[in-house]
Amino acid sequence: MSVSEMLNIGMMQGFAGLSLFAVLLLMGLGLAIIFGQMGVINMAHGEFMTIGAYTIFLFSTVSENYFPKFVQSYFIFAIVAAFFIAFALGWFIEWALIRHLYKRPLDTLLATWGVSLGMQQCFRTFIGPKEVSPTLPDWLMGSWSPHEGLDIPINGMFVMVLTLVVTGGVLIALYKSRWGLRVRATVANRTMANSIGINTKKTDRLTYAIGCGIAGIAGAAFTTIGSTGPTSGSLYIVDAFLVVTFGGAASLLGTVASAFGIAQMQSISEFFMTGSMAKVLTLLTIVIILMMRPQGLFASKIRR
Amino acid sequence: MQKIKTWIDQRGLNGFIILAILLAVVFPLAMDIFRLNLVGKYLTYGFVAIGLVMCWGYGGVLSLGQGVFFGLGGYAMAMFMKLEASDPITTKIQSTPGIPDFMDWNQITALPMFWKPFQHLPLALLAVIVVPTLLAFIISFAMFKRRVGGVYFAIITQAVALIVTVLIIGQQGYTGGVNGITDLKTMLGWDTRTNSAKYILYFVTVGLLLGSIYLCHWIQKSKLGTLLLAMRDKEDRVRFSGYDVAMFKVFAFCLAAMLAGIGGAMFTLQVGFMSASFVGIVPSIEMVIFAAVGGRMSLVGAVYGTLLVNFGKTYFSESFPDLWLFLMAGLFIGVVMAFPDGLAGVYTSHVKPWFIKRMASVGKTGSKPGGTAKAAASDAAAEMTVLETPPGTTPRNVMPINTGLGGIQGQSA
Repeated sequence: MSVSEMLNIGMMQGFAGLSLFAVLLLMGLGLAIIFGQMGVINMAHGEFMTIGAYTIFLFSTVSENYFPKFVQSYFIFAIVAAFFIAFALGWFIEWALIRHLYKRPLDTLLATWGVSLGMQQCFRTFIGPKEVSPTLPDWLMGSWSPHEGLDIPINGMFVMVLTLVVTGGVLIALYKSRWGLRVRATVANRTMANSIGINTKKTDRLTYAIGCGIAGIAGAAFTTIGSTGPTSGSLYIVDAFLVVTFGGAASLLGTVASAFGIAQMQSISEFFMTGSMAKVLTLLTIVIILMMRPQGLFASKIRR
Repeated sequence: MQKIKTWIDQRGLNGFIILAILLAVVFPLAMDIFRLNLVGKYLTYGFVAIGLVMCWGYGGVLSLGQGVFFGLGGYAMAMFMKLEASDPITTKIQSTPGIPDFMDWNQITALPMFWKPFQHLPLALLAVIVVPTLLAFIISFAMFKRRVGGVYFAIITQAVALIVTVLIIGQQGYTGGVNGITDLKTMLGWDTRTNSAKYILYFVTVGLLLGSIYLCHWIQKSKLGTLLLAMRDKEDRVRFSGYDVAMFKVFAFCLAAMLAGIGGAMFTLQVGFMSASFVGIVPSIEMVIFAAVGGRMSLVGAVYGTLLVNFGKTYFSESFPDLWLFLMAGLFIGVVMAFPDGLAGVYTSHVKPWFIKRMASVGKTGSKPGGTAKAAASDAAAEMTVLETPPGTTPRNVMPINTGLGGIQGQSA
């Protein structure tokens, strides 16, 4: 094995880790807003992602059958649509369920689990029990090879770029916009925020909906990597929660850091052992670290 | 007779005795062995449900990993029975006789170390109780000592459920993988698949379940139960009063884990196999809904909730498989939004007052002239506000409902 081959393997391994990092971060971002900022345990998070994925599938089927011209460009619109569909549904669910349960966090967990079961069955009944995957535009297929023996998949790069954009957007929105100011005020001290004229109820609803919308984007991005089925959302849920908890619930930067750490740990240990054992090792490490340091990597400085 | 009645009333054992009669007399008489075996299987989930009443309802600690403890108890039993089923004579066609068949399929040539203790029944039975309790202790001690509670604890237990499932499925050679441990036939030479064995196992399950309920009931009535409740509602006050809050929580969680382990072992005995599908996230959270439907504060209610949800599951997934998940979803949402105390809550807030009112009015119209005291007692029952103690009973907890029941007894005496 020559040096350049070693380098190639190292590069590809590093890229696999980065790609997993992007996936985990995208999953965790919506939850970091809903769970980290609002404290709502949204067990239906995975299903909101599935909705985003199905939106892509819908757009791809429609454009393939009726507007063949758009096959190359539907993806961008579909991602935007995925955000808004998940947003609208999140808005509705907050109005119907969550707003009654802010005082009882453990009950939100059960209620949203019920929501996720209902949504799964809806997918199964109205869309079909089989896994589907959309027809991707040509520019998302294939791989990019800067030189001999080094292949970097384009869909992985796409997910990374999207993650970068979404994370940047969320960070800017949270720290520079009016909405972000209101959210942070509400998180820090609800009563006080209320008394200085922030409509905390409206803030809550908007925040929840935006979190769901980001989950929709995440689901849309994942269609480039794998297929979508009615229960694929439930595969992500524990990972997503661990990413957020591990990073320190109220800290968005913590979420980024923990997604990075978990992804690297997972992809490096996958190099040495089977996938399932790598998963066990990663999860076990996270749980043990959380036992030692329950507040997560980056604890918020807010007193509760 | 009156004395026994009073004793039962004082200890709040009415519901317990009705449940005991239902399980030990009515069900065996009314059902054939197939159905009864099914009920026996459901009752093993009842162990988990009453454990959850103790740690979630009373202790305020929601665990989403009860399936792990159920599975550990079940696997401990299954490992013993599997070793007995795979003696060297029956497994002589294997390349290594005397080890379980799935090990042979996975090119394992010697019994792994951690399987060795399960060759002996006493050790296996000990493991049924000790292994889940120990794991629960390790998880909860580390967490509660650092004052992690509520939501975070729930998420960690869920992660533990995922870890254990992935581990069991991944280590096919040592655990049987997805298929689990199957073909369990005998326990110390006693065939567990015959009808008579199924009857015996059913009654053993019922006996153990009733015993566990009584134990938990006793804990609830003791000072420990009061402390658990106090801790759930105002943790800091209990801590400032000088109690070690963490250890009480650890105790509640370990108790729940131990009960779940016993349930798992009984499950294995009755059903004849154990697999990873009872360990994961979904079964664990379903077990929470059993307790929630029955009422998270009521031990007896939790058993009814378990039976009801499982009957519903069996019936609907046979006849309308599409409908079941919707119903389950509705159950989760409905229990949280409308009936936070489940069936038991509906019973105490709606059925019982209605029943008492009804009994009281029947008593009024149909009673012989029997003296002012009795009439007063029935009035008290009807109005449900008078807190006087009617003659013949000495209720300990001064509650309107007890006064009402006393009134009825005063009538019949």
